[in-house]
Amino acid sequence: MPRRIYLDHAATTPVDPEVVQAMLPYFSERFGNASSLHRFGREAHEALEAARRSVAELIGAEEREIVFTSGGTESDNLAIKGLVLAQGKKPGGPHVVTSRVEHPAVLESCRYLESLGFQVEYLPVNREGLVDLAMLEKAISPATVLVTIQHANNEIGTVQPLEEIGEIAREKGVLFHTDAVQSVGKIPVDVKRMNVNMLSLSSHKIHGPKGVGALYVQGNLAPMPLLHGGGHEKNLRSGTENIPGIVGLGKAAELAAQRMEKDRKYLTGLRDRLIRGILEGLPKSWLNGHPTQRLPHNAHFGFAGIEGEALILGLDEKGIAASTGSACSSKKSEPSHILRALGLNDVEARGSLRLTLGRENTEEEVDYAVEAVCEVVCRLREMSPLWEEPIIKRQLT
Amino acid sequence: MYSEKVMEHFRNPRNMGEIPDADGVGRVGNPVCGDLMTIYIKVKDGRLEDVKFKTFGCGAAIATSSMVTEMAKGKTLEEALRISKMDVAQALGGLPPIKMHCSNLAADGLHAAIADYQKKQQSRK
Ligand SMILES: Cc1ncc(COP(=O)(O)O)c(C=O)c1O
Repeated sequence: MPRRIYLDHAATTPVDPEVVQAMLPYFSERFGNASSLHRFGREAHEALEAARRSVAELIGAEEREIVFTSGGTESDNLAIKGLVLAQGKKPGGPHVVTSRVEHPAVLESCRYLESLGFQVEYLPVNREGLVDLAMLEKAISPATVLVTIQHANNEIGTVQPLEEIGEIAREKGVLFHTDAVQSVGKIPVDVKRMNVNMLSLSSHKIHGPKGVGALYVQGNLAPMPLLHGGGHEKNLRSGTENIPGIVGLGKAAELAAQRMEKDRKYLTGLRDRLIRGILEGLPKSWLNGHPTQRLPHNAHFGFAGIEGEALILGLDEKGIAASTGSACSSKKSEPSHILRALGLNDVEARGSLRLTLGRENTEEEVDYAVEAVCEVVCRLREMSPLWEEPIIKRQLT
Repeated sequence: MYSEKVMEHFRNPRNMGEIPDADGVGRVGNPVCGDLMTIYIKVKDGRLEDVKFKTFGCGAAIATSSMVTEMAKGKTLEEALRISKMDVAQALGGLPPIKMHCSNLAADGLHAAIADYQKKQQSRK
């Protein structure tokens, strides 16, 4: 059996066996529709509400503030389009303030609003991927109804200062949505402390099943629903609830809450070992994103003289699953909008590698990955007309 | 996403490297678009005695470079000029559609190297 090492946990995570166990009864045994009055329905309804409790607890929200959706993408769409459409257009400035490093689910929702005549301001970030708070403050106008800025970046792992952003939004009297798909379950998230009015999360990034997520919607806020129908989820998201999926998300949230501190320490250790190994092993390599304000499981590298896709292929040959950036952009040939926003030039943005760790990875796997990355990068540099220096083969220590 | 043949050439590229005293050098592509290739040729009695490449780019760019050197080696200049992008892609068992345009530059590189050789011959006369 060839080795298989999964280092792409920002793309998705394996479903935890405990989560699978929790879900199983809800397929054929407790299969009821949560809206039904009979026992089958009540069983499903109880499971739905228990899951809501677990998700609410993970992010410091009230149960009634959790709306289940089909995932991070839908949560972002509901928050942004739903809220702005519900509020309508006011004259005099941008209606939405966001950043240039958002996930496409946020960026494309904003572009859609622009096509309807709303104005959106896309804030730049610095070399480390952080939004400038003074610029944010300046960008908010009397017409602004929503600030939407991610908690942690899906490619480079930079964590934004949410509390401060939330404070600015509160002072200016505008609502604040955050895409926390990458951070929830990895680092502490507390919607009250962070002054967040809406927050998106997704199950499959925290060892839950795919196709389910949630939007936290504070108090009585009422975004316009995207899906009209039978009035499920407080009328914000019609459609018979995906009970097995939601139960899975609930269990994943519960496990994340229990394990977060331990996982965070463990993953930070592995991450730093990975970063040290690769940066020491390869000349002209660098870390993208923030050196310390970054997700505990994210390491994102740049390498001079090579192209990322070839690196991913070379690593795949060695049994390592990695990515150049987000899973969505790996089939397009454009360099990532996130790396461009950091100020990397096109060539620098090409030679990138994202390794994202999970709780099942080991130190030994990290060491193997360091060796493999160094080997493949050297091989590609030998082939590259852009690399003119001698290839230094690292001495293994 | 890639054929086994593409992966095989990616794994074991043929004729990788430079020819320091090349008779012709072809550079095509642009690192901004993600691919850059240099093809070196050595010509003897109207035939390509040696062909080598250096490539910055994705798996398809590397595989097509490797394949074109293999296809061109030993051919007359006329024969080599008739090798098309389509031929290279076909010899590799096909390429994903998005790679057909951006990364299938190797035949252009070969033709550019031959043109460079012919220009040098002209100026020598
Ligand atoms: C930051 C971020 N937002 C949104 C999404 C979309 O979530 P989902 O795949 O559940 O639709 C992802 C991941 O795919 C993400 O990383």
